[in-house]
Amino acid sequence: MGNFISRGFTRRRQVPEELADRLPPGQYIESGFPVLTAGPTPRVDTGEWSLKIDGMVTQPREWNWTQFHQLPQDEVPCDIHCVTKWSKLGTSFGGVSLDTLLEGVDPQGAYTMVHSHGGYTTNLALADLTGGKAWVVTTHEGSPLPPEHGGPARLLVPHLYFWKSAKWVAGLRVMDHDEPGFWEANGYHNRGDPFKEERYWTD
Amino acid sequence: MDGLTQKAPGQWQIATVAAIKTETPHVKSFQLELPMWMPHLPGQHYDVRLTAPDGYSAQRSYSIASSPLDEGAIELTVDRLADGEVSPYLHDVLVEGDQVEVRGPFASYFVWHGEHPVLLVGGGSGVVPLMSMLRHRRRTTPDLPMRMVYSVRTPEDVIYADELGEETQLTFTREAPDGWSGHTGRIEASMLDDGGGTAFVCGSNGFVEAASMLLLATGYEPEQVRTERFGPTG
Repeated sequence: MGNFISRGFTRRRQVPEELADRLPPGQYIESGFPVLTAGPTPRVDTGEWSLKIDGMVTQPREWNWTQFHQLPQDEVPCDIHCVTKWSKLGTSFGGVSLDTLLEGVDPQGAYTMVHSHGGYTTNLALADLTGGKAWVVTTHEGSPLPPEHGGPARLLVPHLYFWKSAKWVAGLRVMDHDEPGFWEANGYHNRGDPFKEERYWTD
Repeated sequence: MDGLTQKAPGQWQIATVAAIKTETPHVKSFQLELPMWMPHLPGQHYDVRLTAPDGYSAQRSYSIASSPLDEGAIELTVDRLADGEVSPYLHDVLVEGDQVEVRGPFASYFVWHGEHPVLLVGGGSGVVPLMSMLRHRRRTTPDLPMRMVYSVRTPEDVIYADELGEETQLTFTREAPDGWSGHTGRIEASMLDDGGGTAFVCGSNGFVEAASMLLLATGYEPEQVRTERFGPTG
């Protein structure tokens, strides 16, 4: 199948050479920030917001908005890749590293289910959340994260397709086994590495 | 490869263009015959991949417009985006008899399984996956309550104009046809219902955001509202 050529098709968009390595296969560069959500946008008041880590842990943790902002904050320059084929290169978010959030929690399982206000879930291996690879972010390019992009707080896991970066994040539950989250149960890949083009179940 | 794995979604296959219909000045429907066809759920999409002689390729997702009862074929309806890479090729280059690489059907949340009542709310080319639901319902359960509210800018932007029936309420946001006595302007609460069933909303992000907020205001719970937002894709 790999040899098919589309009659009369030629490249219409040039990817600058210095960015070519940063664009995963099958993706194109998008300068905007498209919105993709399965339902209405939840409106979460920061006064009621909290973030919980529980499940199979020695020490469950919970932060309210004020407590969360007393944690060390990182500015995270990154590229993001949506499974619907767009990539946004050279953007940035601000928030707290999962390494910081997991300090003292002592997880007893290797899997997590991240859950959101509004009911969204996505599963991630703990190994994909630790080692400087994941954050809970509250700002985008220096401004508060808007609700349609997951504000007040979303997960940020830039090395995986962006549906793993759960909007309106409410917490994560540590588990001793893997389970599919929302999109993972609805046809999308369990892990979602854009550079391996892990888009759907069969990839 | 045995027959079973060949039929799994996710396999790239080479479809043949059986027919092309011009729906509006910017929208065409492509009837594709698939060697590894499988029935889809109304609301699902296919990916289309174009490959140039130098190996460069581009992919985009397009909603299926047809009913899964059309055995061996699917219809994809494509909005031509001037600065796009895939849609201008499909519109300007592809002719009947050409081949195009596709895989699917994918995603199983914005899909209609027969639940009712159903309210479909479409803006512009957001009507495409809703049309698959409408067509399938007409052929399987014509008495099932399904209503569609469809927002377009001008009369020439109406996709599937010759197929819309009594179940569809149109509104024209910029310019209505001569003698039009129906609704004009943006969708309003009075065009919706009070939330007895499931609503499928599809269109641009701005359209979906506005329509889904209206649905919540008229009595829908968030879990009754399924949305699909078209990003700037091309």
